[in-house]
Amino acid sequence: MSSTELTSTELTGAAVEPAETKAASASANAAADSASDVSDISAGLDALETQTVERTPLLRVFTSKVLPPLIAIALVLAVWQFAYSAHLKRPDLLPSPLDVWNSLHDQWLQGTILSVIWTSLSRGVLGFLISVLIGTPIGLLVARVKPVRAAIGPILSGLQSIPSVAWVPAAVIWFGLSNATIYAVVLLGAVPSIANGLVAGVDQVQPIYLRAGRTLGATGLRGIRHVLLPAALPGYVAGLKQGWAFSWRSLMAAELIASSPALGLGLGAQLEFSRENLDMPGVLATIILILLVGIGIELLIFNPIERYVLRTRGLLTARR
Amino acid sequence: MTALLTEATPVVDTAVRLDHVTKSFGRAAAAHVVLDDITLNVAPGEFVCLLGASGCGKSTLLNLVAGLDQPTSGTIDVPGGRAALMFQEHALFPWLTAGQNIELALRLRGVPRGERRAEAQRLLELVRLGGAHGKRVHELSGGMRQRVAMARALAQDAQVLLMDEPFAALDAITRDVLHEELIQIWQETNVSVLFVTHNVREAVRLAQRVVLLSSRPGRIAQEWAIDLPQPRRIESAGVADLAVEITDKLRGEIRRHVQH
Ligand SMILES: Nc1ncnc2c1ncn2[C@@H]1O[C@H](COP(=O)(O)OP(=O)(O)OP(=O)(O)O)[C@@H](O)[C@H]1O
Ligand SMILES: [Mg+2]
Repeated sequence: MSSTELTSTELTGAAVEPAETKAASASANAAADSASDVSDISAGLDALETQTVERTPLLRVFTSKVLPPLIAIALVLAVWQFAYSAHLKRPDLLPSPLDVWNSLHDQWLQGTILSVIWTSLSRGVLGFLISVLIGTPIGLLVARVKPVRAAIGPILSGLQSIPSVAWVPAAVIWFGLSNATIYAVVLLGAVPSIANGLVAGVDQVQPIYLRAGRTLGATGLRGIRHVLLPAALPGYVAGLKQGWAFSWRSLMAAELIASSPALGLGLGAQLEFSRENLDMPGVLATIILILLVGIGIELLIFNPIERYVLRTRGLLTARR
Repeated sequence: MTALLTEATPVVDTAVRLDHVTKSFGRAAAAHVVLDDITLNVAPGEFVCLLGASGCGKSTLLNLVAGLDQPTSGTIDVPGGRAALMFQEHALFPWLTAGQNIELALRLRGVPRGERRAEAQRLLELVRLGGAHGKRVHELSGGMRQRVAMARALAQDAQVLLMDEPFAALDAITRDVLHEELIQIWQETNVSVLFVTHNVREAVRLAQRVVLLSSRPGRIAQEWAIDLPQPRRIESAGVADLAVEITDKLRGEIRRHVQH
């Protein structure tokens, strides 16, 4: 076929002399006229049909996104302060928000806070990355190979319902009080959820994309690379986000139970340490840190990625 | 103006050849015959419209020609290799821009990296969307999406272009514009087109030959050769007259089913 040899000037001008029964040359002029006519009409239609998407102004973002959580936090603090002032519990059992703040401040002055966070965060991130490397091929196999799905699909989703803390005793027996124990628990928590996310993502791919890919010649590995994986990306990213939450939770469970000086002081171990010292402000301060790190990673890393993936596919407005 | 083709004209070389093709779904006793003994040839450079009521097996036939499905019996031959298929829905990949969709088709065809961008741009200009290269699929209107899908199908540079009701969901004016563009592209390239529709006027507006399929099972009921000169207008008297004739026949086909 000759399409590759055509230049665009030929295309907007009169039709190239057609073969056999195609338009008679007498109609070539008419064709040229109607060609410019058509381009006017289609340009007009395009202008009518295209919409420009405006970005929401900053003030609206502030009032709709930032303000509500700030108000919620202020309310919680107010109730907490009220409970403290009303002496609902002994002050050593229920410290005031200020006590907790002071505890955080002391840790900051001692310079331990960052190293404790870093110990846990680096473990969490490393465990998560290993989980991604293991969970992704497992997910792909389960999603695409029928016998594999029949064999381990149900187990994989069943694993997600086991609380990670249940793995800690087993891991301690296998690996002792070592980093291996901690990573084993993190992997057992995160790998199934990452793999399941990918399976769900692949299952939700519309068949029309796979068929379109096949007619374009994307079969076998090229089909997986150019069609299946990109089409499954939203589900995969959702799985990764959940995988991070599982990693972080499992890590805290592992650090809390398998705490030993040899393992270094992470947030979980610090929580246990504060409990032993009956340091309630320290316990609450550590819980707040665990929450902040978990939410922070989600807000700073996973949410932007997820929003980007959904926005480029035009799925974001539909979800809101 | 119209001629009834009583016998298939002997074709020396063909772009698509269906030989006694039968397709049924389901197994053995419960099998449900969708296409029954279809023999159809499309000549190189020919524009054929396949017309039939909803559910008569038009999409099934195109899927068979595109190789997405296998016939139950009979043979299908596309001597020029793979046929390009344009689906009823645009089926563009939403994770790519309009231009990248076309570049992917070029890449899968084996066009070297350095040439893809310019070639994609040329194809977009062919469908009058020169400015749409970086647009995401969801940012395009329905008519623009169909045109990008057309450009992507053309990017495959196949000898045969299969189109499954590509303009069915569009308003009349946009559809007129796309008809005009399609005919121009067809005249400029030497592609064979097998175009499915259930809109009789659309078929008469576009085709050199209209093939009417009956329903349940799908068989070739009748063929018309159309020698009205292009460009035609869908509202012209010539198109309307022939459309009336074909519509009557189509109604007859459908009525045949209601009665028993
Ligand atoms: N995969 C399938 N399994 C079972 N039956 C099918 C399958 N695909 C199509 N059919 C049946 O085959 C018949 C023809 O379907 P097809 O989609 O080809 O119709 P069509 O002519 O394209 O209709 P429309 O104009 O509505 O698009 C229908 O009765 C449909 O139920
Ligand atoms: Mg159909």
